[in-house]
Amino acid sequence: MATLKELSQREDRLTGGHRMCPGCGAPIIVRQVLMAVKGPVIVSCATGCLEVSTTIFPFSAWKTPFIHSAFENSAATMSGVEAAYTSLKRQGKLKEEIKFIAFGGDGGTYDIGFQSLSGAMERGHDMLYVCYDNEAYMNTSIQRSSATPRGASTTTEPAGKVRQGKRMSRKDLTECMVAHNIPYAAQSVCGDWRDLTRKVEKAMSIKGPKFINVLQPCQLGWGYPMEKTVEMGKLAIDTCFWNLYEVENGKYTISYRPKEKRPLVDFLKPQARFRHLFKPENKALLEELQAEVDRNWELLQKKAECFKP
Amino acid sequence: MTQIVAKTGNEAMAEAMRQINPDVVAAYPITPATEIVMIFSQFVADGLVDTEFVAVESEHSAMSATLAASAAGARAMTGTSSQGLCLMYEMLPIVSALRLPIVMPEVNRAISGPINIHCDHSDTMAARDFGWIHIFSENTQEAYDNMLQAVRIAEHPDVKLPAMVTTDGFIISHCLEKIEIQDDATVKDFVGKFVPSTNLLDLNNPVTIGALDLQNFYFEHKRQVAEAMKKAKPVILEIGKEFGKKFGREYGFFEKYRLDDAEFAVVCLGSTAGSAKAVVDDLRDKGKKAGLLKIRVFRPFPEEEIAQALQNIKAVAVIDRSDGFAATGGPVFSEVRSALYDKKKKPVVVDYIAGLGGREITLAHIQEIFSETEKIASGQSPKEYVQYKGVR
Repeated sequence: MATLKELSQREDRLTGGHRMCPGCGAPIIVRQVLMAVKGPVIVSCATGCLEVSTTIFPFSAWKTPFIHSAFENSAATMSGVEAAYTSLKRQGKLKEEIKFIAFGGDGGTYDIGFQSLSGAMERGHDMLYVCYDNEAYMNTSIQRSSATPRGASTTTEPAGKVRQGKRMSRKDLTECMVAHNIPYAAQSVCGDWRDLTRKVEKAMSIKGPKFINVLQPCQLGWGYPMEKTVEMGKLAIDTCFWNLYEVENGKYTISYRPKEKRPLVDFLKPQARFRHLFKPENKALLEELQAEVDRNWELLQKKAECFKP
Repeated sequence: MTQIVAKTGNEAMAEAMRQINPDVVAAYPITPATEIVMIFSQFVADGLVDTEFVAVESEHSAMSATLAASAAGARAMTGTSSQGLCLMYEMLPIVSALRLPIVMPEVNRAISGPINIHCDHSDTMAARDFGWIHIFSENTQEAYDNMLQAVRIAEHPDVKLPAMVTTDGFIISHCLEKIEIQDDATVKDFVGKFVPSTNLLDLNNPVTIGALDLQNFYFEHKRQVAEAMKKAKPVILEIGKEFGKKFGREYGFFEKYRLDDAEFAVVCLGSTAGSAKAVVDDLRDKGKKAGLLKIRVFRPFPEEEIAQALQNIKAVAVIDRSDGFAATGGPVFSEVRSALYDKKKKPVVVDYIAGLGGREITLAHIQEIFSETEKIASGQSPKEYVQYKGVR
C-alpha cells in the first residue's frame, strides 16, 4: 500500500476551490480514492452535492476527465465510457491504460440509480463504483433515502409529535452488491485513509466490476459541528453502526474490529438528527436500535468466520 | 455495386447499422424495434462489426451509455420505440445540449396508456422539442437511406446534434419490401470517419462534461442548440443531394407529389404518404388537381420551404398521427398552419387526427379527406378545423 508520504506526492485530482460545505466528507473521500489510483482515471458522477458543487460552469474542480449527465445513471454512464474504451482499444485506436470510477451519493446509488448500478455490475464492466453514503438526500435538504438509518429525522420523514423519524431500517446495499457476485465489494468510511486507500488499491488491481460503499458524515444533514466529520466516521465504526469489511469473490474479511465496541448512543448523541431519540419515551426505540447494530455485527462476524482458514 | 434485396424496415435499419459499423451500441429491446437490436447483436456475435454491444437493463441506461460512449469519442448508436423512448426522454435533451451526434433508429409506436404496440407518432412527437433532428421514412428504402444520411448530418461540424430516423411501427418495421442496398465499401466511404469534437478519453486535454450551467450560461448554450438546428438545414439538403448523386435517390426536407399545380392537398408523414400517393393518382386520373406534401424532416422544421410549397394551394388537410388533446390540433397541423400565417396568399388548413394506436388509415379515409378538402378548395367553409378520422 502507498505510504502517506507517497500519497502526499501524488497529484490532487479534485482541486480546492470547489463549493462543497465546510467540513464535508465527500471531497475527502473523492481525493483519497483518486489519490489511491495510479495512472489515468476517468470519473463519472451522479447529480448531487458533489457534482453541482465541483462543476459550476465555466469552472471545474476536476483535474481528471469527468462526465455527468443525470441523477440515476452514473453507473450506466461509466458503462458507456468503458464500452467506448474497450471498442476503441480493440480496434487499435487507443493505446493508453485507463481506469474508470463512478461516483454517486446514496440517493443516486441506493435509490434512483439502483437499477443502473445493478445493470452495470451484472454486465461486468471494468469499473469501480464508489458510493459516498451520507444517509439522505443532502443536496436537496436532507430528505430520507433508503440509506437513512431507522430513527433519523429527515425532512421527508421528520420526527414529530407522533412519529420518531424514519420507521424502517436502512437498505443493506453492500450486501446487494455482494449478491451480484462481483469480484470485489467493500465498506469503508470517511476519515480512515488507510482503509480507503488500501481498498481502492485492491479494487483497482482487480479486473471487472467493483463496489465500495463509503460512509460519509455530513455536518449539515446529521447536525454536528463541522470540524467533527472525521471523528463522526470514527464513532460510526467504533460503535459498529457502520462496519468496515470487504468481500472478495464471496469471501468475507472484517477490516476493523473495535478494541472495545462503544455503545451506539455515543454515535447518535452528537447528532441533531437523532436528538428526539433521547426523550424518555423513546428509550425502547434506542434499545431496539442498539439491538439491531449488535445483530448486524454478530452476523458479519459469523460470515467472516465461515471463511477463516 | 448495389444489390436488390427483400428486407423489412427493421432489417434494413439493422443492415444500415452494420454498414455504419458504430464503435458502441447500447440498446434495450422493445416491440416493434426489438428486431433491429436482435439482428445487430447477431452481427456482433458473428464478428461482422467492430462494435462493443452493451445489452443494458433499460432504455434510460441505453441512452445514458450511448451518450457517454459518444462523449468518449466513439461513434455510438441505440434504437428504440414508444415507451422506450419515453424512458429516454430525460436523456434526450442532455444529448443535444452536449452536442453529441448520436443516431437512433426509432420505430414509431403509440404510447401507453392504454398500452398498445402499434403505430402512431405520439412517441417521437412528444420528443420534438428536445433538440434532436427528426427524419421520417415512408418505406423501407427510405429507412435505409435516411439512416446513412443521418450519420453524416448529425456528425457534420456545423451541426453536431443527435438524430432519430423513424419508421412506422409494423407498417414499415415488419413489412417486407424490395430495396436497394449499397455495397459496404461505398457506404463506408459515404459515411466517413467519426471525428469527435470533445473526447473524454483524451488524456492530454482533460475535459469536464455535463457541468452545472446556471443563469449566466444555460440560455446561451440552449441558443446554440437552436442555431445548430438551423445550420442543419443546408447540411440536410447538401447531403440529400450528394446521396442522390451517389445512389440515385435524392432527398430534401419533404417530397412534393403532384403538388405544384394542385388546388387541394394533403400533408402527412411516414407510411401514410404511400397510400396518399395512390389516392392522388386516382384523383388526377379523374382530372382533379390533388397533391401531396410528405414531410421527411420534422426537426429542423422546414417552415419557410413548406409555406412556399403550400401557399398557392386553396385547401390543405394535414393528417396528424398523434393528438394534441385540445391543443391547436395535432403537432404537424399546428406547425404547418403557423408556417403559413405570414403569407399573403395561403390555403385554408384543416387537421385530421387519424391512425392512433395502429388504427388503419385506409384509402377510403384518405379519399374522404381529399374530397372534404376539395370542397373547402371550392369555397365551402370547413365544418371544423380539427377533426378525427376513423374513430368511432
